[in-house]
Parts: sequence; structure tokens; C-alpha cells
Amino acid sequence: MLKKLAASMVAAFALTTGAFAAGGAGHVENIDFSFDGPFGTYDQNQLQRGLQIYTEICSACHGLKFVPLRTLADDGGPQLPEDQVRAYAEFFEVFDPELDDFRAATPNDHFPGSALANAPDLSMMAKARAGFHGPYGLGINQLLHGIGGAEYIASLLTGYTGEEKEEAGTILYENVTFPGGWIAMAPPLYGEDVEFADGHANDLHHLSEDVAAFLMWTAEPKMMARKQAGFVGVLFLTILSVLLYLTNKRLWAPVKGRYKKK
Amino acid sequence: MGGIPHDHYEPKAAWEKGLAKRLPIVGLLYDTLMIPTPKNLNWMWIWGIVLTFCLALQIITGVVLAMHYTPQVDLAFGSIEHIMRNVNGGHMLRYVHTNGASLFFVAVYAHIFRGLYYGSYKAPREITWIIGMLIYLLMMGTAFMGYVLPWGQMSFWGATVITGLFGAIPFIGESLQTWLLGGPAVDNATLNRFFSLHYLLPFVIAGLVIVHIWAFHTTGNNNPTGVEVRRGSKEEAEKDTLPFWPYFVIKDLFALAIILAVFFAVVGFMPNYLGHPDNYIEANPLATPAHIVPEWYFLPFYAILRAFTSDVWVVIGASWITGGIIDAKFFGVLAMFGAIAVMALAPWLDTSTVRSGRYRPMFKWWFWLLVVDFFALMWLGAMPAEEPYASLSLIASAYWFAYFLVILPLLGVIEKPDPQPATIEEDFAAHYGGDDVGSAPSTQPAE
Repeated sequence: MLKKLAASMVAAFALTTGAFAAGGAGHVENIDFSFDGPFGTYDQNQLQRGLQIYTEICSACHGLKFVPLRTLADDGGPQLPEDQVRAYAEFFEVFDPELDDFRAATPNDHFPGSALANAPDLSMMAKARAGFHGPYGLGINQLLHGIGGAEYIASLLTGYTGEEKEEAGTILYENVTFPGGWIAMAPPLYGEDVEFADGHANDLHHLSEDVAAFLMWTAEPKMMARKQAGFVGVLFLTILSVLLYLTNKRLWAPVKGRYKKK
Repeated sequence: MGGIPHDHYEPKAAWEKGLAKRLPIVGLLYDTLMIPTPKNLNWMWIWGIVLTFCLALQIITGVVLAMHYTPQVDLAFGSIEHIMRNVNGGHMLRYVHTNGASLFFVAVYAHIFRGLYYGSYKAPREITWIIGMLIYLLMMGTAFMGYVLPWGQMSFWGATVITGLFGAIPFIGESLQTWLLGGPAVDNATLNRFFSLHYLLPFVIAGLVIVHIWAFHTTGNNNPTGVEVRRGSKEEAEKDTLPFWPYFVIKDLFALAIILAVFFAVVGFMPNYLGHPDNYIEANPLATPAHIVPEWYFLPFYAILRAFTSDVWVVIGASWITGGIIDAKFFGVLAMFGAIAVMALAPWLDTSTVRSGRYRPMFKWWFWLLVVDFFALMWLGAMPAEEPYASLSLIASAYWFAYFLVILPLLGVIEKPDPQPATIEEDFAAHYGGDDVGSAPSTQPAE
């Protein structure tokens, strides 16, 4: 229903705003992610691939300090078997204030924070950025396509032009998605940076979408449970509305009927 | 309760009589629930129940959220993520609470504009209106402080900007701002007191809601015609009214169920749509976000705040007359609070003797223009402070004030109202029975 409503609205606005939305710096293309829309769910395999990309590439600088490692086994996530989660956790070292020393992480620990001081934590990155804006500040694009955090991430990872410049001692890389056009992060992915055990496609576009999907999960780990609760809520409230409508109609019928022309 | 004659609770059994003599609570509840209510109330009279529900929803979800939240600058942001990830059902609780604030404001704006259209603020309901305005002010304060609690970027910078408004007050502003914040800037002391007040104010609101209901139960409800219920006798009153239970309770619950179905769709499928992405970045006093935008429900008044810049002639005039005491910043603050103050003064600014806008041909146009103006201001509040938005904001703000200060007083003098129905029953019968109005009073009275 939402999609239909959205579709009719897009038809109305496409005519007037088509030219406005096209092109320009910072433009983010909509990607057809599996978790889009009220019926969308995470693709467990994609999340696992994204986890591998995060682990092998992103985690060199970026952290996920709000994400407990044990949630990798949760329903509606990458759903790794528990022994794998335990084995995976041991790759990370965490500081234990009780031991006053570093030790191997357990599933009850969180992912480590960012290793590089100016690399932002990625836990909520997919919710902290908006891929879509407007038109004209009306928020209609976000109503149609979602807020677009995952699209923003995928777009950023593929948005490098190859140009570089040096500014105040740091090298900046031109990126068509990043606000301002120049980002301090060197291109992290070129394609074929990661080998998947199942031989899944690992070109730049696939990798950036997979890692974006994984970061959507780290930002919104309860999305599937939430959508399910939404459906149950809407369903029961709709039934309740119908029952109350009938009750109300019957209750008022004699009152209104008294004035009906006979 | 009130001036409309109706049946009262009669204690029958000995224990009922005994209880009534000591604590007439059953009678109070009976009279409240069975209050004679104009039977022609339309669907704009459902918002009161929606608002009561919202208050209960916010208090219940809020109390549970407070069990897991930590009001400390280093821990607050993380404790929200703890709620989102580790607390059973915490993610739903939080999304219901944040979107519940939006539902609360949708309902309060609908409720206020209904009052403005049907003249619910007019005598003898001025006190109901004023209490309502106080509730609305407290709601804004509560929502603002609640938005600070997650300690995201927009929390921090929103708090900095809004408390900065108090700093604009001449002479005492700076010390007042420091006193409010508990220090020279938004910090741990601010977060702590905001949490304390965010927990306290809803209960103050609940108290005022009781007074609000008490006041209009004393005067009786307004209704779409604005014509008062006949009070000559119980029989006469019963032709115009029906008891609140069951007729309006069921009607209101039906409307509430539909509204909640939509609400649950928002919570379930797009819970962050009305929020701002920047608030998922932990507060950083050293990094200012590119655009500091308040939540949607503050935008109309935020637009008014920003509209009066130092190059506007009224601001230049005010500054010149007061020798610079009223500068553009302070003028903006006065305008923002003034915009709510003129609305609160509507009972005394509206000179028309006709209550309902339905019978005021000229008023209708100006009223709907005010509604458009409100949405225009809401949109302008979210746009950057540059042309053409600055000029449009000024025009829209000017109309807001003109409506209350010029148009409402003038219309009462120059407008020729349409004929009103003699009674509520006549209106009800005309709506449901076509032209057979005259015969209505001869039918059997309501039970």
C-alpha cells in the first residue's frame, strides 16, 4: 500500500522535479537492496560477505564499537553459528580494565573502536547519513526510497574519480558522493580486494553494495523484528478499526435514524 | 458537572451510600463519563482522546526507557544503543516513544486548529483555551528536552541554539542562560537537568489536562455550530446531546484505532523518517553540523524566529526606539514567543459574536489562509536562511501576526454572518434527515 501511494506520488512529482533531481555533485543513485520497503529483509549471505569485507578491509581503520560481537549470531543478521562467532571474536584484542591488560575478545565484547583517530565509527553510519534529499526540502524522495544511508555508503565507495590533491599536509581524494567533493579516505576498494569462499562476484560494485548492506545491519540490527511487529500492529489495528466501525455504526443508527426522512 | 441538566449517580446499596458520603468518587467518575455531549460533534472532535492516549503512551514508554537510559555525557549515546540492541523490545519502545512525540504534535495541531475554526476559544471557554495553550507550551519544552537526551549531534547543537535564545534577552540573558544550562555551555549538568525535567513535565501536563477537561466539562463542549446546548430542562438538553459513554467513547476509539494503524506503519516501516540522520552521530562540541534543524513540529516557530533579521524595518525601528536594547536576535525571540502569545489571546482578539467559522463567510478564507501559512512556515523553517526563503519567511510570519492582531478584531465588525441553526438538534437533523427538520422535535426523546 505504501508502495502504491509512493508510486502515485512519484508520478506527480517526476514531471515537475525530474530536471532538478538529475546530476550534480553528491548525487546518490537508488540501489535495489533486499531490505528496502516494508517487506524487505536482509540477505543473510550478503551480510556475511559484507562482514568479510569489513573484517579484511574496513576494520584496518574503522571500528564498530556499539555492535556486540554476539549479535553476529542473532536472527535477522549474518546468523553465524555460535562457535564461528567465538572463533571470529578471538581475532580481536580488547582492553580489559579488570585485567588491566589486553586479551582476546569473546562474543560478549563489542567490536573494537576505530584504529585510526580520524576514521569515524561505522556502527550507525548507515543511519547517520542520508542518501536522498528533497525535492525542495519536502522529504518526498526519502518517503519513496528510504533515507538512503546504505546507498550513500555504496555510492561513496564507488564515487572516486582518481583525482588527488594535497591540502595542509593531507592528501584528499576526489569523490563525487562526498559532500564538498574531496575526502581524506583513500579509495578502500578497487574490486577483487576480497575473495569469497563461494566464489561470489567481487567486483567493486558488488563489494560496495555488500559492505553497505552489512553496515545497514550494524546500524539497524532489529529491522526484521521491527517490520514484523509493524505488520502485526497494523493488521490487528485494522481489524480493531473495522470492529469499532461496525460497533459505532450500530450504536448511532437509532440516533441518526430518528431524523431520517421516511 | 456543569450547567447542562442531566441524570446524576444515585448510590443505592448501603455500601455505595457509605462510600459516597465519605468519598464521592463514583459520582465524579459517573458524571465525567456520562457528560451530555453535543450530538453533532464531527470527526475533528476526536483529537482530545488521541492526545490523552499520546500522553499515556509517552509516559508509559518513557518510564520504561528511563530504566535503561544513562543521563551522562560519556554514556548517554551508548545507553541509547544499548536500548536499541540489548534491551528486549527496546528498539520498539524507543521508536514508539520518538514517533509518539510526532503523533502527539500532529494531534495537538489538529486540535488547536479545530478550536480556531469553530471558535472553541470564545466565551465561556477562554480558560479551557488558556490551559490548553499552557499544555502546548509544556509539550514543546518536554519534547525539546527529550530530543537532547540521546546526546547526538542534533541534540547537542539544538540545545545550544535554543538555550542561546535566552542569552539574547537584554541585561540578564547571559546569566540566565548559564543558570539554565548549569554552566557556560551545554554539558553534563545540562543533560542531567533536562533528563530530570523531561521526566517531571509530563506529569505537570497530566495535571493540566485534568484542569483542561474540568474546565470544558463545566462549560460543556463546543460543537460545529457553535450554538449552545439548550439548558432549560433535562428533556430539552437531551434533544441536543448524548452521553459521552458509549456514543463518543466508541466513536473516538474507532478514530484512534485508524490513527494508530497509520502510526504503527510509520514505527514499523520508517521509524527514522521524521528524525534527523545527524542524531546518530555522537555529540561533538567541536564539530558543528552543516544545518541545524529542529524537529518538524518546531519548524513553524523556528521560521518566525529566523524571519526577523537585522535588515527588516520593524527590527531597525525597534532597535532605534530602544537604543539598541532590542536587537535582531532578541526581536526574533520575542516574535517566536509572541506568535504563541497572540494565539493564546485569540479569545479577546476575536470580536465576532458568532462562534463557529461555519457561519462566517469572510473568516473562512482568512482561516484557511492561516492553515496554509502554518504549513508554509513549517517548510520555510527547514530551508536554509537565504533568499528567497528569508523574504518568504518574513511574509508568512507577518500574516501569522496579522491574522490574530488585525484580521480577527476587524472581521467581527465588518463581516455579515450567515444564519445559524436555532438548536444543535436542528443541525443534526438537517445533516441526517435532509429537509425534514421541522418534525424532528416531535420524535421520541433520546434515551
